[in-house]
Amino acid sequence: MEFLSQTWPWYISGFLIGLIMLVLTYFGKKFGMSSNLRSLCSIAGAGKIIPFFNFDWRAQRWNLAVIIGAMIGGFVAVNFMNDPSNVALNPQTIVQLEELGIDRPDGKILPDILFGSEALKYPKMIFILLIGGVLIGFGSRYAGGCTSGHAISGLSNLQIPSLKAVIGFFVGGLLMAHYILPLIF
Amino acid sequence: MKAIRYLLIGFIFGIVLTKSEAVSWYRIYEMFHFQSFHMYGIIMTAILTGFIGIRIIKRANMKDIKGEPIVIADKENASFRYWIGGLIFGLGWALAGACPGPIFILLGAGFWSVTFVLGGALVGTFIYGVLKDKLPH
Repeated sequence: MEFLSQTWPWYISGFLIGLIMLVLTYFGKKFGMSSNLRSLCSIAGAGKIIPFFNFDWRAQRWNLAVIIGAMIGGFVAVNFMNDPSNVALNPQTIVQLEELGIDRPDGKILPDILFGSEALKYPKMIFILLIGGVLIGFGSRYAGGCTSGHAISGLSNLQIPSLKAVIGFFVGGLLMAHYILPLIF
Repeated sequence: MKAIRYLLIGFIFGIVLTKSEAVSWYRIYEMFHFQSFHMYGIIMTAILTGFIGIRIIKRANMKDIKGEPIVIADKENASFRYWIGGLIFGLGWALAGACPGPIFILLGAGFWSVTFVLGGALVGTFIYGVLKDKLPH
C-alpha cells in the first residue's frame, strides 16, 4: 500500500479526475466547484439583497455534499497518506523559491511563510490570502466557472468559451507568477 | 441516501487532488514557471479522459441514472467575460495557489489559514453578484 502515500502519477490522477467528471455527468449533474461559492453566499442570506443569489440553492445540495466529501478526503490524505518524499519539485524551482525567501517544501503541501501559523501574525500574509481569494471568487463567477467547470468539463466538450477562459487563467497565472509574486515576496 | 453517492465522489476527488499535489501552492508555482510537466499532465489526461467519455455518451445517446437522455449544455457564447474573468481568476490562482476545489480540500485537511482564502472567495463571489449587471460580458 506504500504507493498510495507517494505522489500519485499525473496519468492516474488525471484519469481519475476525468472519470469523476463523467460519473457526475451520468448522475445528471455538472462538475463545477466554484458554483458552491455562490450557493454559500445564498445560504448566508445574500439573496435577500442581491438577485444573483436569489436562486434555489437546495437544488445544489448535491454539490455541497461533494465538497464536504472532498474536505474529508483532504483530511484523510494529509493525515494518513503523506510521505516525506511528497512535493518533489524541480530543483530549479526550489532555488528560485529560496531567492524569494519562500521555504522549500520538504514534504509539505503549502509554504509556511504564507500558510503557517506564524504567517498569520503578519497582516501582509493575511492580506495576500484574502486578495487571492477575492480574485478567485470574482474571476470564477465572472468567467462562469473555474478549473473544473471550464478546463476539465468545458474543454473535454470542446467548448470555445471554455478555451477563452482557460487561456485567461493561464495569462493571469503567468503574470502573477512571473511579474507580481517577485514584487510581493 | 443520494447524499452518500456525492460524499463518496467528493471523498475520492479530495484524495486524488491531494495525492496528485494539485492542491499544493508549490505545484501551481512550478506549473506557471514551466518547470514540471506534472500539472499539465494531470489537466491534459483529465481532459482527454473526459473527451473520450463524452464522445461515447453522445454517440451511444446514453441515458443518465434516472433514464433521461444526457444533455450537456453548451457554454454561453461570449468573449469579454471569459477573457477578463479568466485573467482575474488566474491572478488569484497563482497568488493563493488554489482554485475553488482545493480551497475546500485544504480546509478539510486542517490548513486553517486557508479560511482567509475561502472568506476572500466568498467576498469576491458576492462582489460579482453586486456588479453583475454593470459589468460587460
